[in-house]
Amino acid sequence: MSSKVDSKAKSRFNMTTSNPKYINYTKGMVSSTKHLIIKVFSFIVIIGICYVILAPVIGMVVNSFMSDTDAYNPMVYMIPQNSTLERYRLAWERLNYIPTISRDLLYSGSLMLIQVFVCSMVGYGFARFNFPFKKLLFACVVVMIVIPDHTIMLPIYMTFRNFDPLGLVSLIAGKPINLMSTPVPMYIMTIFGCGVRSGLYIYIFNQFFRGLPKEIEEAALVDGAGTWYTYFRIMLVNAVPSVITVAVFSMVWQYNDTFYSKLFLISEDIVISKKLTTLQATIKNVDKILDTTIQELYLDAGIVLVMLPIIIIYIALQKYFIEGVERSGIVG
Amino acid sequence: MKKKKLTLTKKKIINGYMFILPWFVGFIIFYIRSIVLTAQFSLSELSVGAIGGYELKFVGLENFIYAFREHGTFKQVLTTSVGNIILDIPLIIFFSLFMSMLLNKEFKGRTVVRAIFFLPVILNSSAISGALELSQQMMAGGISAGSGQMIAEGSSTGVDVNYYINLFKDFAMPEAVLDYIVAAVGRINKIITASGVQIVIFIAALQSIPGSMYEVAKIEGATAYETFWRVTFPMVMPHIITNVVYTVIDNFAESEVVTLAYDMAFTSFDYGLSSVFSLVSTVIICLILVLICGFIQKRTFYYN
Repeated sequence: MSSKVDSKAKSRFNMTTSNPKYINYTKGMVSSTKHLIIKVFSFIVIIGICYVILAPVIGMVVNSFMSDTDAYNPMVYMIPQNSTLERYRLAWERLNYIPTISRDLLYSGSLMLIQVFVCSMVGYGFARFNFPFKKLLFACVVVMIVIPDHTIMLPIYMTFRNFDPLGLVSLIAGKPINLMSTPVPMYIMTIFGCGVRSGLYIYIFNQFFRGLPKEIEEAALVDGAGTWYTYFRIMLVNAVPSVITVAVFSMVWQYNDTFYSKLFLISEDIVISKKLTTLQATIKNVDKILDTTIQELYLDAGIVLVMLPIIIIYIALQKYFIEGVERSGIVG
Repeated sequence: MKKKKLTLTKKKIINGYMFILPWFVGFIIFYIRSIVLTAQFSLSELSVGAIGGYELKFVGLENFIYAFREHGTFKQVLTTSVGNIILDIPLIIFFSLFMSMLLNKEFKGRTVVRAIFFLPVILNSSAISGALELSQQMMAGGISAGSGQMIAEGSSTGVDVNYYINLFKDFAMPEAVLDYIVAAVGRINKIITASGVQIVIFIAALQSIPGSMYEVAKIEGATAYETFWRVTFPMVMPHIITNVVYTVIDNFAESEVVTLAYDMAFTSFDYGLSSVFSLVSTVIICLILVLICGFIQKRTFYYN
């Protein structure tokens, strides 16, 4: 809102300054050429940097369509001469694409729901209630963002390797159970608000809820709504922009995450980005394609397949993504 | 029951604790306990028992001494990782500030351009990024394929970089500065991909500056240069800290020390040494963060 008003005011201001009535004619000439130069310069810079970002993506898509002869033909650049879908066919088969990706989407999706639920609750608690040690506890959230995952990876690995909370498991089963190579540890960590980048999401929700007017809750309280009712039916509904931001972020980062899936030895059949890391070796050893250049073409096709859902989500929700960070986000 | 009823404030306190309870439990279990355990591991020799449990044997500072005196690559990897992060901070901050100022202007296709700039954040998966780099190199003509190779090969691309470097040397430009600039050009690809979030944060910061400030500056006859240093820069200063923190954390998570610590734990199964690596690197990074933030904080101007 405010930015709109600002830009309007700015444009009105520019109108008056660039109006020949107000300024010297020659001076106007100079400033307009200067503006033109600046415009051209910034245009070039933006296009150039966009190219730097997009080039590898374009290159990968192009490569994934190349046939063997194209890969070795130095004349072929950007547009393959004999395009082929062979790379996709084999990558599709070796990734076991549809089953794996649906499992992965289910896994990341369910974690995303938990993440949104827990983090919004914690963020709301910090934003709206006053309690002793609040500042200290919120500092702990910041600590959580700052501390790199690998500092705590060993103890977490040990904890889930011999999972025995309060001695309950060994009481029932006789010995601690091993939760490695299942997705359970990831779920447990996420439920307790310590999943992939949870600290950041708590921070985002906290910022957003603090920005909402207090009157909404007071009205709800006067009308007889309890705290939890207010939270679920009123506040969460109002927080849709930040919910979408966090949802998309957590979905994408969960999908991309290889650190935790490597740490917990989660099966490749659930985490497709992990399967991707072994694709080249599979193609080398199983399909006996020993030429590295050709192997890379298959890898490119696999990456395009894996990236596809993320890109679709991103394009569909691109607006929320950036605006969410801008408005509700990290900016305090 | 005619007991003393809870007051509204007390009720609110309890509710507040209820809301943050799940996170608090998780924080205690997964963070506080883990940090304590990591510290403990680093001081002991850990052997995994038969049924999956582990035993700790206290060895004092032996692991630390080994890491610094005897381990082959630790010191080297640590210094390069930390050095790279320090080198990258100013580059990323200034690049993203510059880009956010360009992107903050109204022009056609702004949303598309912003979406493209944010793309690297979406695609930052270790599985993907390796292949992306490879593809970058194949797209000859991209900048990253440039400087490093060009310097090595001389005039193969038609531009003799060495000539220009010598030219600047003749202008008595200090060699250290020159090296830094050449390194910066070589890293441009990394810097661009690492500054997606920072650009968005700066754009938000720029938009929160009241337009009246620029009007005043213009009426008072300030040039664009003065306006930037006297209005824009002080106003975005608070967000520089946010960006520095984000940059450091993000870079650190992908640095080589982390990989080394991971490999040490899960391929060499030397948990004590791995804890030493992670602990030492984390402490160093935290120190750097505190130093930089303290340094910036002193010079920061808070509008509100």
